[in-house]
Amino acid sequence: MQQSLPILSLLIWAPILGGVFVLYAGDRQGQTVRWLALAISVLVFLLSTLLYLRFDTTTHVMQFREYARWIDTFNIHYHLGVDGFAVPLILLTTFTTVLVILAGWEAIQTRLSQYLAAFLILEGMMIGVFASLDAILFYFFWEAMLIPMFLIIGIWGGPRRVYATVKFFLYTFLGSVFMLVALLYMYTRIGSFYILDLHYLPLSLQAQKLIFIAFLLAFAVKIPMWPVHTWLPDAHVEAPTGGSVILAAIMLKMGGYGFIRFSLPITPDAALAFDTLMIVLSLIAIVYIGFVALVQQDMKKLIAYSSISHMGFVTLGFFVGFSVFAATQQTAGVSMGLEGAMMQMISHGFISAALFLCVGVMYDRVHSRDISAYGGVANTMPVFAAFMMVFAMANAGLPGTSGFVGEFLVILSSFQASLWVALLAASILILGAAYTLWMYKRVIFGEVANDTVAGLKDIDGREGFILGALAFVVLLFGIWPAPIFDLMHASVEHLVAHILQTKLGQ
Amino acid sequence: MPLNAQIALLLPELVLLCLACVILLVDAFSKDPDRSLTYWSVQATLIVIAVLVYYGSPETASLAFSQNFIADPLSTLLKISICLISVVVFFYSYDYFREHGLLQGEYFILGLFAVLGMLIMVSAHTLLTIYLGLELLSLSLYAMVAMHRDSYTAPEAAMKYFVLGALASGMLLYGISILYGVSGTLVLPELASIISDQSEFNLLLTFGLVFVVVGIGFKLGAVPFHMWVPDVYEGAPTAVTLFIATAPKIAALAMAIRLLTVGMQPLHLDWQGMLIILSVLSMAAGNIIAISQTNIKRMLAYSAIAHIGFLILGLLPGMQTEVGYGYAGAMFYVIVYAVMSMGAFGMVILLGRKDHEANNIDDFKGLAERSPWFAFIMLVLMFSMAGVPPLAGFWAKWFVIKEVIAIGHVWLAGLAVAFSVIGAYYYLRIIKLMYFDKPEHLTALKASRPVRIVMSVNGLLLVAFGLMPGWLMALCTRALGF
Repeated sequence: MQQSLPILSLLIWAPILGGVFVLYAGDRQGQTVRWLALAISVLVFLLSTLLYLRFDTTTHVMQFREYARWIDTFNIHYHLGVDGFAVPLILLTTFTTVLVILAGWEAIQTRLSQYLAAFLILEGMMIGVFASLDAILFYFFWEAMLIPMFLIIGIWGGPRRVYATVKFFLYTFLGSVFMLVALLYMYTRIGSFYILDLHYLPLSLQAQKLIFIAFLLAFAVKIPMWPVHTWLPDAHVEAPTGGSVILAAIMLKMGGYGFIRFSLPITPDAALAFDTLMIVLSLIAIVYIGFVALVQQDMKKLIAYSSISHMGFVTLGFFVGFSVFAATQQTAGVSMGLEGAMMQMISHGFISAALFLCVGVMYDRVHSRDISAYGGVANTMPVFAAFMMVFAMANAGLPGTSGFVGEFLVILSSFQASLWVALLAASILILGAAYTLWMYKRVIFGEVANDTVAGLKDIDGREGFILGALAFVVLLFGIWPAPIFDLMHASVEHLVAHILQTKLGQ
Repeated sequence: MPLNAQIALLLPELVLLCLACVILLVDAFSKDPDRSLTYWSVQATLIVIAVLVYYGSPETASLAFSQNFIADPLSTLLKISICLISVVVFFYSYDYFREHGLLQGEYFILGLFAVLGMLIMVSAHTLLTIYLGLELLSLSLYAMVAMHRDSYTAPEAAMKYFVLGALASGMLLYGISILYGVSGTLVLPELASIISDQSEFNLLLTFGLVFVVVGIGFKLGAVPFHMWVPDVYEGAPTAVTLFIATAPKIAALAMAIRLLTVGMQPLHLDWQGMLIILSVLSMAAGNIIAISQTNIKRMLAYSAIAHIGFLILGLLPGMQTEVGYGYAGAMFYVIVYAVMSMGAFGMVILLGRKDHEANNIDDFKGLAERSPWFAFIMLVLMFSMAGVPPLAGFWAKWFVIKEVIAIGHVWLAGLAVAFSVIGAYYYLRIIKLMYFDKPEHLTALKASRPVRIVMSVNGLLLVAFGLMPGWLMALCTRALGF
């Protein structure tokens, strides 16, 4: 499909340049800057819907391609393109950024223009990660993203923000640098950084294993998998609401995206060799972290652990496919696992964003994240309580919400691999319900706990709009997930065919 | 080659020498307390030299004066970088000296002689010319460090620098004499061909090589020959530290390239092993010790040691151009590093006020509220040093690591990136102080408009190189004949 409008470039650079402009406008006209940032993010979101409308769902081929020479000496190019995996994530990014800008409308009073600019610049970089077809361009955005996030947590975060943000930065930086070594190693083999070239690069099993481990370090930290997840609760707790939302909704998804774009297609044999390990790590994340979430006293921490647990489903869906194929010799179950994992990523993006925004709504009023500081909020904030109910149920995986679809597919797929895997994975339905609803009960129901809660005002129009929009998509994709599946179906089929073919002996 | 053509090749150095002598005389008779005539003529000289180098650069390597002198694309690139970087360095220093009442014309004139020494090092084609350039550079630097004679620390630093530097020069000269004794030639490529003609292992050659490598290690400041670096960086007046930390690194790299990759190319495997040790030790010690520093100049000194480790890594491929781009990565690294280092020390100068040098990292506290723009420039500098895209420092590390992997040392690349993560910690700490901490006082940085502009260009240059590194990379690879 020939494109006249360079949509992807616009999606990347419009927010970045807009962010620079917002920065330049400065803090003096607070309200103007807010509206300006909002206008930019809404425009970018509208632009990104064009991607959805013009996307050809019948093919796995990269679309909306753009190509420009960048560093000729090393065959590195500004090469963009998206397939069925990237488009939903880009839409998720642009959608969430609008909400984040709205969410910081009143809560952020210091260094306002810097705050808004950081999120806009971050948005452009995140879209860059999803849209890159050149591995070095991908890495470029992947690392550059750390800078705004580091500042967001560090400047506008809570009391232990410095510890949290340095930990976040160093953890992700350490993971990523080994990916760079792996990419450079492959470059010495074929002299290209074009990701699709790397997909077809024949590699020995030994090389594949090392490359797989290098990638795993990068993506496992980002997604995050047990046992390299410890940065996440700290970062989430200390980050401002907007930062938590972006972290949970989009940054974690980059780890998952990395598995799909790099680990699985480049090193399929190593993925097969390590699949038991990956499944075990995923199950530990689901079950053990689920229990950890149960005992949390801090709402943000609880949601952070719940995120790790839900992300375990994503990695499970990615890697259980090999056992499914071994057991059934059919690709249907493999596709189901992958589609479920992708759906889980999208849905978790909405749900975790919504839950963090809910905590943000309460935090703005009470300035506490402790569950024990609340109780009986339903009496004073009934509309809010209703919204939060929807999101709590979605987090618990109730049918009819988007949270159910992905989990159900992954469990179904893992059932074909092994009963025990499916059984352990399904425990999330109980654990997830337990920690989410128990928190909900303690915060929302019961007698009014104290005077602060008694004096709470219900959500205003702005907050209602944010939560309403999220509730709408959560229910929409819970009842009618077809649009997302249609988007990625061709890409999933292609990926499944690709990863089940050995690269050895070519 | 006819004499006038030889002189044409040497023209920049000759002009520099003459002008330096003239300025010295002019300065001696000048009564202006601001030394503006001296200052401006020094700056004009440097720019003239850069232009002369550019227009006089030969297409291919050309030799002059019985092979003592070489002009090739490598020397053109490095010489122009040295001149331009020195211009900015003198620009930052001028305000510093005026502010602190240390202004003396000699600083700039010594600086010119140091630049002359560097140009000679870059263009040296025999063992003795290298030594000549090195000594001219070193002696100028010793004197510059000692210039603030009323201070307690500066003469001490100068003394340390002089003693250790003289020792290093001695080592280098000893190595050179052994090599000369074995081969009977001082010309680098002849030396290489005589070495490769040796049918059997010659212990004496390796012995000489060790001393040469030690000399280079000292001059670069690589572990375990790094002891002078933190003391000199800390003790010298900041403007002098700024000078030492930038252009001479480029010259030292050129010296290493000429000596090792040209002169001792047949001993590649021997010196490669030695350099691996130096580089790993430098990256480890530099990055780890920097974490515990509270003095910004010492911290930057250890950071320099760590960067030197990376730089040496870039030298490992030598002339192995069949798999990669040889030492082009090291050239790219050193130029980018000089720009970063220049900005960082320039910022330390800016942060200091009259009678107060900003030596403690706490002086950066809350800079984002006091002077947001300068804080942003410092943020760029620090992230660039840490090697985070989209800044030039990332590409510098990237290039070096790529070359190391190309020659098959994947494990070394893994080690290097791990150390760079450790290094990121102390750069982040400066950013933390600037952005996350409350300021102790609210005085904004005072800087004249030209300083603002140059500082901004300095910082934004790293962003520009970060977004478009291609042309500088192409220049570096072209210098190797690609």
